[in-house]
Amino acid sequence: MATRTEPTTTTEPAAPRGVLGYRGRSERPAGGFELWAWLFMRISGIVLLVLAVGHVLIMHMPAGGVSRVNFGFVATRWENPIWRTWDWALLSLALVHGINGLRVIAQDYVRPAAWRFVVNTFFTVVGFLLFVLGTVIVFTFDPSKWPGVVK
Amino acid sequence: MAKRKSDVGTLYRGSAGQWSWIAHRITGIAVILFLFAHVIDTAVIGWGPHAYDRVVRVYENWGVRLLELGLVAAVVYHAINGVKVMIFDFWPSTTKHFKALSIATTAIFVLAMIPISWIMGGQILDLALHRGT
Repeated sequence: MATRTEPTTTTEPAAPRGVLGYRGRSERPAGGFELWAWLFMRISGIVLLVLAVGHVLIMHMPAGGVSRVNFGFVATRWENPIWRTWDWALLSLALVHGINGLRVIAQDYVRPAAWRFVVNTFFTVVGFLLFVLGTVIVFTFDPSKWPGVVK
Repeated sequence: MAKRKSDVGTLYRGSAGQWSWIAHRITGIAVILFLFAHVIDTAVIGWGPHAYDRVVRVYENWGVRLLELGLVAAVVYHAINGVKVMIFDFWPSTTKHFKALSIATTAIFVLAMIPISWIMGGQILDLALHRGT
């Protein structure tokens, strides 16, 4: 009979520790920032299901598709604050959701910590700048600066 | 010795879960990269009709429109597969029906893409045949 040299945990795998610890078979992070990021991805995902899928269908499905889109189209559309809010919410949630997604992917493929920091910093800065640019344009756009284009 | 994760029956290696995981990543990357460009092209509207109409003319090209059909497919796939991921995350017992749910999400994606491809394909053909490139 073989001498037992291992602890009694042979049937259940030891729960890996660290930023991406497991609970059972689910890959939900054990806590801290990673758990909040995990939760954010799911909540924003549900909202983006409406905002992003709705956006691409609204833009592509009606006759003419995106050929309709020009300055006048956007100016008329943004007369309605609901569309400005929709577009701003889509901008914000999609940027954070997408950049956090890139961060998760970088954890897998960019192994040296210094390079991962560079990659994450780059996308975070790009995302922040695009968020500022998009926010300013969505809320300050005023077609009356160009009279005669929109009736 | 503790078993490695790949030995303990995840939904993962070699099964449909591996392919949907890869597809989820690829579609996610495609959408965020397009979003970077799309925020900038939309922001040009702040510089007036001349600048904006010139920028959106880039989309009046059947090749670009074909890529856009791919973008819509990526958004739709990522959304539907994301719902599947959430079902497994929030109701772990549903992983018993992993295969059925994977087939269902794939079927919903394919069914959704039929009318979308028909409509966008018509627009692309119209652009290619009647208005040049």
